[in-house]
Amino acid sequence: MSEKRSQLFGVMGEFSTPEDLVAATKKVRETGYKHVEAYTPFPVEGLSEAVGFKWTAVPLLTLIGGIGGGLTGFGLQYWVAAITYPMNIGGRPLNSWPAFIPVTFELTVLGASIFAVVSMLALNKLPQPYHPVFNVDRFAQASTDKFFLCIEARDPKFNLTEASKLLQSLRAEHVNEVKDEE
Amino acid sequence: MSATQNLRPGQEAEPWLEPGHTYASVTDKISSVVLTRPLGIGWLAGFALTFSIVMVLFLAVAYLVVKGVGIWGINIPIGWGFAIVNFVWWIGIGHAGTLISAILYLLNQKWRTSINRFAEAMTLFAVACAGLFPLIHTGRPWMAYYMFPYPSTMGIWPQFRSPLIWDVFAVSTYGTVSLMFWFVGLLPDLATLRDRAKTKWQQMIFGALSMGWRGSARHWHRYQSAYLLLAGLATPLVLSVHTVVSFDFAVGIVPGWHTTIFPPYFVAGAIYSGFAMVLTLAIPMRAAYNMQDFITMRHLEQMAKVMLATGLIVAYGYFVEFFMAFYSGNKFDVFLANQRLHGPYAPFYYALILCNILTPQLLWFKKVRRNIPLLFVISLIINTGMWLERFVIVVISLTRDFMPSAWGRYSATVWDYATFVGTLGLFTMLIFLFVRGLPAIAISEMRELVHQESHGDGGHE
Repeated sequence: MSEKRSQLFGVMGEFSTPEDLVAATKKVRETGYKHVEAYTPFPVEGLSEAVGFKWTAVPLLTLIGGIGGGLTGFGLQYWVAAITYPMNIGGRPLNSWPAFIPVTFELTVLGASIFAVVSMLALNKLPQPYHPVFNVDRFAQASTDKFFLCIEARDPKFNLTEASKLLQSLRAEHVNEVKDEE
Repeated sequence: MSATQNLRPGQEAEPWLEPGHTYASVTDKISSVVLTRPLGIGWLAGFALTFSIVMVLFLAVAYLVVKGVGIWGINIPIGWGFAIVNFVWWIGIGHAGTLISAILYLLNQKWRTSINRFAEAMTLFAVACAGLFPLIHTGRPWMAYYMFPYPSTMGIWPQFRSPLIWDVFAVSTYGTVSLMFWFVGLLPDLATLRDRAKTKWQQMIFGALSMGWRGSARHWHRYQSAYLLLAGLATPLVLSVHTVVSFDFAVGIVPGWHTTIFPPYFVAGAIYSGFAMVLTLAIPMRAAYNMQDFITMRHLEQMAKVMLATGLIVAYGYFVEFFMAFYSGNKFDVFLANQRLHGPYAPFYYALILCNILTPQLLWFKKVRRNIPLLFVISLIINTGMWLERFVIVVISLTRDFMPSAWGRYSATVWDYATFVGTLGLFTMLIFLFVRGLPAIAISEMRELVHQESHGDGGHE
């Protein structure tokens, strides 16, 4: 990729401790930046609030998956045992619901679990093999022991020099431009 | 079992992680086993041995497919035999993995961190071995799809009031959820391996598996939410699976099976044998890969305590079985209880008591819990004992039911043993592949633990 075709995605600061990162993120948000993302090698308490992300649909979708799975499970058994393939065994009721509980329960758990995993991946937009942040060489450390904060160029307030200065003033150890190859 | 020990004043808690570790050092140490460590002679020899045992399994299954289940020792009245004994034994072993990864997670137990990953792998491999047995016990494994509800041209459907169909749903759900739980836990670690990959191949494989995980704050937020929900879902699931397995017995009217103690005592027995297997695997692994810093003495001791507790529940189960047989006054139940003590299979019953009730009493002593070779031997004895328990349940009840004309005897053939030993080989071979192919300890959770220990934070986030 030639330099001319690459666009600026944002500017990224590197920190050594999660505490520095959280403090810096709060400061950057207070300064007025909206499009901010932090990258860490393990979940850091308070960080998602600091980047302004509070609510996720994962629990709700899991609930929907669970209800859907349970209804499917019971509905399937009812339809099979009472409607399409009824068997009269000594006049016992066809809708023998207590005997249907184990399969209903298993399918509830299965539906909820599949929805939890798939919705987590889908909302995170995974699989996504390419992302501009991977263009920063030092970003490989984000999965080991370094903590990164990226101010994105699509932010209306974004200005490369000012954003870089802000990150430096917040004790970022390295500040890099993030290029998007397009 | 709280995360903080009961300490006398002035006494320091033993750490869950040896001091002096940093984010980078735990990452290096765990990922190097996968990425850079050369294949040693020990690993190659172990893999070759277990691989050849898997060939025995293939041979046994191939011969079974050609000749049918008549090559086994099963007969009428003992239609179940080794296949069901082994099925219940393997599925029980899997349960400790889910207990460690899900229940201990919900209870904020920090000691799960360094053992959950390979305990989950153990679950998956054990469920794979377990699932094989009912499949080949049908005699026509290519017809196994009959057990699933699908619109067949014959217009027939499964009988949903049967515990055997519940079993199909319970075990397949359990396998699926365990796999997803394991994969979600692996995702950040696969990204770590991708970023540290030394060769093009490693980079491509781990790059594809990690799906482009970046560890952004938004990623982690949704990830933690999904992980917590999965833990919450897997907890009742694991209890339900062995409950349903016990229904295979308890719903039948056969003497010795038809009791309400079966579900709780099966679940306790499952966790008991599972922890024994975790110890059987953890003790050699921590020695072979110098993981003593991560899987500490305190971890081993904690697992020994769980074994002791679940072992006592199992002992209570044995006691209640006898009590209920005599208290009920039902002559078939009383007769069966006597058969356990004095019948042709009595030696198995006494061996079971020795392995499962008497041996674990040694774990009351701290010296025993901290003696690694002894702990290893005890874990093997408990695994044997739990296998004997299932043998006693299946064989004694089926050989001595209501009518003397229906009594019989059971002895396993060489093909029964070949299949059982074959699955032991399959399980061990998969473990060998796993420890070198994927991080055997959850790296991102270890980094979190480093963070917590360095900040004197008592709980989990």
